[in-house]
Amino acid sequence: MGILNRLDSRIEQFETGNLMITSVDKLLNYARLSSMWQMFFGLACCAIEMMATSASHYDLDRFGIIPRPSPRHCDIILISGTVTLKMASRIKRLYDQMPEPKYVLSMGSCSNCGGPYWEHGYHVLKGIDRIIPVDVYVPGCPPRPEALLEGLLKVQEKIRTQSIAKQIKKA
Amino acid sequence: MPEVRTEEMLINMGPQHPSTHGVLRLFLTLEGEIVKDVRPYIGYLHRCFEKHTEAMTYPQVIPYTDRMDYLNSMSNEWSYVLGLEKLMGIEVPERVEYIRVVMAELQRIASHLVALGTYGNDAGAFTPFLYSFIDREKVLELFEITCGARLLYNYFWVGGLSHDIPANFQSKVKAFIKEFEPNIKMYNDLLSYNKIFIERTANTGILPLDVAINAGATGPILRASGLKYDLRKDEPYSIYHKFDFEIPVAEQEVGTVGDSWNRYMVRIKEMVQSLRIIEQAIDNIPEGDVSSAVPKRVKPPVGEIYSRTETPKGELGYYIISDGSLNPYRVKARSPSFVNLSILPKISKGHMMADLVMILGSLDIVLGCIDR
Repeated sequence: MGILNRLDSRIEQFETGNLMITSVDKLLNYARLSSMWQMFFGLACCAIEMMATSASHYDLDRFGIIPRPSPRHCDIILISGTVTLKMASRIKRLYDQMPEPKYVLSMGSCSNCGGPYWEHGYHVLKGIDRIIPVDVYVPGCPPRPEALLEGLLKVQEKIRTQSIAKQIKKA
Repeated sequence: MPEVRTEEMLINMGPQHPSTHGVLRLFLTLEGEIVKDVRPYIGYLHRCFEKHTEAMTYPQVIPYTDRMDYLNSMSNEWSYVLGLEKLMGIEVPERVEYIRVVMAELQRIASHLVALGTYGNDAGAFTPFLYSFIDREKVLELFEITCGARLLYNYFWVGGLSHDIPANFQSKVKAFIKEFEPNIKMYNDLLSYNKIFIERTANTGILPLDVAINAGATGPILRASGLKYDLRKDEPYSIYHKFDFEIPVAEQEVGTVGDSWNRYMVRIKEMVQSLRIIEQAIDNIPEGDVSSAVPKRVKPPVGEIYSRTETPKGELGYYIISDGSLNPYRVKARSPSFVNLSILPKISKGHMMADLVMILGSLDIVLGCIDR
């Protein structure tokens, strides 16, 4: 019963087995975090590690993370590499095209803070968080696939604690 | 029949596009589905390489050369340290030369595996990508046990190496060769001689030899047009003259000489030759200290030098000017991908737009190397 284990302890299951009670949030969050569609979007060296992570050896598919070419299909964008000033406005535009709720994972030193190009990189944006909000930062130059996986699991954790029902109520 | 009025359509492909292999933007002029003109716009990954070289000391530049062509870090470093060693007159120990050859050829295999996988991906075949990355992980593991990094190594130092190879390195490389050799046939069965793949790639984007030479193309792209030109044979650096290997060129097997299929196939054949070189080198690594010739201070005399090596993408050269201080006065990189990309407008006119993706993929560009 893998699903029930991951849903939460606040599930009530009836003895007949075909009925269970949980909150809307728990169910929605479970669905959202198990199918985080990622944008098919690579920038630099980290994109190669991102490809390696989604290929057979590390296999992102098992977390339900599959790359989609259009930003309108995506839940999460991995900023994988150096963001230059020329590219920054394009990334902002891609981010704006993604539907809510959306998440940003900043992968590698370059997109965290400028990385090795911090001091003399006159054409490098010193951190993607200057243009779009970031949920999880993964350090490394480039981060190992295991580090990226952990970052993605952190995003899943974040999704698990959020409440969509409360947002709807507020609106 | 009344005349149909047509007009040209202008389309931007990229900078975010799954098939542009990074952040390349192509400005297309289309008539229907026929490509009339292609103009590549670059600079979306300009990371100020030359500015950094002026601000850093000589050894500090090596990590930045890693990040130029990130699929091929070992060879990038090699071009750079080779120039400095020539400029400073450093005699490199033979053990270092052997290890460098093994590393560079392993890197060539890893780079070509990415080219193979992503090219299949462009054609709509996702499976070869998954298989090629299994083999690539094995190569990366070899690098990892040697220097601790998977992708960007900072392994070749001026006069030596950062780490010696571990004790089990040779047996692991031999195990890799044994595992990898039969896989080349598998790739040929999976992709190279696949009917659909041949239909997509053969006879598209034919690059005549004279155009290739005039444009300055190097590497598999030049060899696929039929010229046997490889710096490892024509201007042997390091110890390449000691090894017995062939330079694969396009043969009249499938399609036309100079088309996309042949550009792809030359890479497959190069992997076989790289394995041959590694096989010859791995058993003959002499004993010695890999850091005995590493100078305490890298301070070359006043002078300038152009050093080049054959990387998986082609000829990578650095033009280094030294003013006698600890920082380079200037380092100019001649990147193979940049030159090879300039061919794209010449060979893609008149093709369908879907073929353009295949032509671009066959050039095997890396944007980090183009924009620097």
